[in-house]
Amino acid sequence: MSDFTQKFIPEPERYEFRTAPIHQFELARRDFFKLLGAGIAVFAVAKDSQAMQETAPSRAFHNEELPKEITSWLHVGEDGTVTGFTGKAEIGQNIRTSLAQTVADELRVPFETVRMVMADTALTPFDAGTFGSRTTPTMTPQFRRVASAARDLLIEVAAKEWNVAPEGLVAANAKVTDPASGRSLRYAELARGKTLAQNLPVEDPVTPAPEWTIAGKPVPKVDAREFVTGKHQYTPDLRPAGLLHGKVLRPPSFGATLDSYDDSAAKTMTGVIVVRDGDFAGAAAPTVHEAQAALDAIHAQWNEVPQISNKELFAFLKKNGESKPDDRSRKQKGSVEEALKNAAHRLDATYTVAFIAHAPLEPRAAVADWSDGKLSVWTGTQRPFAVRDELAAVFHVPESSVRVIVPDTGSAYGGKHTGDAALEAARLARAAGRPVKLVWTREEEFTWAYFRPAGVIEIKSGIAADGTLTAWEFHNYNSGSSGIETPYVVSNQRIEFHSVPQILRSGSYRGLAATANHFARETHMDALARTARMDAIEFRIKNLSDSRMRAVLEAAAKSFGWPHKKSREGQGFGIAAGYEKGSYVATCAEVAVDRSSGAVRVVRVVEAFECGAIVNPDGLRNQVVGAIIQGLGGALFESIEFENGRIKNPHFASYRVPRFRDVPQIESVLLDRKDIPSAGAGETPIMTLAPAIGSAIFDATGVRLNALPMVPNGLQRM
Amino acid sequence: MAKPIELEVNGKRYSVQYPPDTPLLSVLRDELGLTGSKYGCGEGQCGACTVLISGAPKRSCMISVSTVVGKPVTTIEGLEKDGRPHPVQQAFLDAGAFQCAFCTSGMIMSSVGLLQGNPKPTDAEIIQFMQGNICRCGTHPRVIEAIRHAAGMAQEPRS
Repeated sequence: MSDFTQKFIPEPERYEFRTAPIHQFELARRDFFKLLGAGIAVFAVAKDSQAMQETAPSRAFHNEELPKEITSWLHVGEDGTVTGFTGKAEIGQNIRTSLAQTVADELRVPFETVRMVMADTALTPFDAGTFGSRTTPTMTPQFRRVASAARDLLIEVAAKEWNVAPEGLVAANAKVTDPASGRSLRYAELARGKTLAQNLPVEDPVTPAPEWTIAGKPVPKVDAREFVTGKHQYTPDLRPAGLLHGKVLRPPSFGATLDSYDDSAAKTMTGVIVVRDGDFAGAAAPTVHEAQAALDAIHAQWNEVPQISNKELFAFLKKNGESKPDDRSRKQKGSVEEALKNAAHRLDATYTVAFIAHAPLEPRAAVADWSDGKLSVWTGTQRPFAVRDELAAVFHVPESSVRVIVPDTGSAYGGKHTGDAALEAARLARAAGRPVKLVWTREEEFTWAYFRPAGVIEIKSGIAADGTLTAWEFHNYNSGSSGIETPYVVSNQRIEFHSVPQILRSGSYRGLAATANHFARETHMDALARTARMDAIEFRIKNLSDSRMRAVLEAAAKSFGWPHKKSREGQGFGIAAGYEKGSYVATCAEVAVDRSSGAVRVVRVVEAFECGAIVNPDGLRNQVVGAIIQGLGGALFESIEFENGRIKNPHFASYRVPRFRDVPQIESVLLDRKDIPSAGAGETPIMTLAPAIGSAIFDATGVRLNALPMVPNGLQRM
Repeated sequence: MAKPIELEVNGKRYSVQYPPDTPLLSVLRDELGLTGSKYGCGEGQCGACTVLISGAPKRSCMISVSTVVGKPVTTIEGLEKDGRPHPVQQAFLDAGAFQCAFCTSGMIMSSVGLLQGNPKPTDAEIIQFMQGNICRCGTHPRVIEAIRHAAGMAQEPRS
């Protein structure tokens, strides 16, 4: 494992751009039905292999091999249980529930009879990962199509049984009925004794959103009772027989390598297994306490490398990204120079965002078990198949010898793309010859996970006398290119993302760089509106052509009561809007600033959100309100402090996250567009909170804050 | 070998052999298999490990196992009676007051502790009492709604 550390350093947003490799599925049809029992199954196949399906002699196939390149499937069992299979993971976004709703809705069965098997590399089809707000827009239509095809298949079976034409038969409430004769057969009866599998037909109409009966409704979270009684087992809760607990010896700083190492004392401890492999060292023991005692007995000296600190961060980003714009995100239109020269008003500004941590409440954890050369790993990850591949590569075993299972996980927010704990647990388990559980401490989580990248954003802009945006130049250094394009109409623009050599281990975070880019852009738009002496909404609408963006702005303004008259000293109002990943958001914020202490309190937030047809309004509301509250941290006070390869605030006591007292009055306004396909909702609702709050602080005080977090120590200058 | 430590958890008696300064949380989870109490920080900062000790909510990651001898401990697993959820558990279900739900055990135990001492708390008292429980998914308004509901107080519309 010499490439241990090198191998899993994520680049910012790398995974979001990766396209899914086509998976060669190895389960034969016979094994499939052995696993699930007899019944009826429908498979969705990746687009690339559609040609193969079309040349198949009939829709139903009876050879022993399953089609390859499957992306999802559905099984109707002899007891009427419907099982949907997907490689997506449940990480608190409530997708287990909304996918089951979709299946139940399209197949016409009660919600309670549907179960979802998720994120298990041995049981579910390949999936690139649960990120990018992709599950709803990709998996929901797929399950609609497989469920619709399964319904057709059940109708065909019934038609054959009764020797009638399938066209007149009706599927509803888990039964197929023949209205002519009044006969009906339950799905369970139709599936009995069958081992019938079918590829998904290329075109099969699905139920349009206005006709949904189970989807589109506020169905409660699946297994909610298990969660409130403490019975649900997250990865750290698993206790297989013979389990040992693992601990890893951490270097004192990032990038440090082992200079001298002596584990002779640790190795004499009873029941303890000590492992050293390159710069990796760890121990496994019957208790965490004993594993830690073993680590404490290791004498290790490390070679450290000098690194930059917070103080130099933004200068470093600016300097090192300057000459290397990333072409992929480069936008160039008209002449910015000309337009700036001719503008009635010019406004230039620089914005910064700090490194922040995801701090999921369930820390990175894994249970690993080797048996007959095969490895099973339970771990909370957003990318089980990628973790499987990493494990296979690191341990030089075939992918087919590795199984990764993701128990419903205690959140991720983009922070669990890698399989660090899985690799560490597997290394210790291989040495121990017994299952090993490894749960990162909070300090490890804050130090050795990856961060949302810091960034510098520079904007030059110009407007005409009537408030028309005429020039827009936007440079993002390091934080990323998501949401970098402006949704406003500007005839002269240059937009560039500049990548910078990695400072701290960085990767995806809920919304990616869209939060940083919206903070800079929308703060700037507020300042421009004031320059033009226009209302913040009026100015935006003047420069918009997108009717969906306009709709969320107007919906938020209406619920908030914009423009709002100030009734108190220190009161201020702000608004911001944006578009990303197929969904639209507008946020209004009210703040109260205490002029004597500088304390800033967010009093009220109204957010309008539109993501096409809503699958589960209750789950969606949870996501929107949750994004607002999580966003408060990055907006107001969250910041990773670091110096020379060390994190200086790796605890909840020193890294402040939003708590009950920080939570404002929140109203979410959900626009249900049943005419538009459903988009994901996990990320976009977090983007516009910070600029709305910043503009409200300006409204209250006349102080413009251009750095996230805005008020880690209250408002300093007034 | 350490001396056996006698514990009473959820009405059951246990005798465990652990170093006396072992956190109660580790013993509950690793020895007794009561994994409903979660490790979130190990520093008393997040509240995910909250249990009741003699009826008072405490962070079990900060309590040495030897100090709870003779004091009844209640964990999330001990709240259900005759297979029926505790009223606070039911209130969390009704409010849908969870997303990933990793904080939920601790939230419920803190809420039970709050209502035992103050059956009709004001919103300000709820917020003050729950300040030590972190929810990273941002479900706070629904937790407050669930506590109000469990206290039999009028609910405000869900945000």
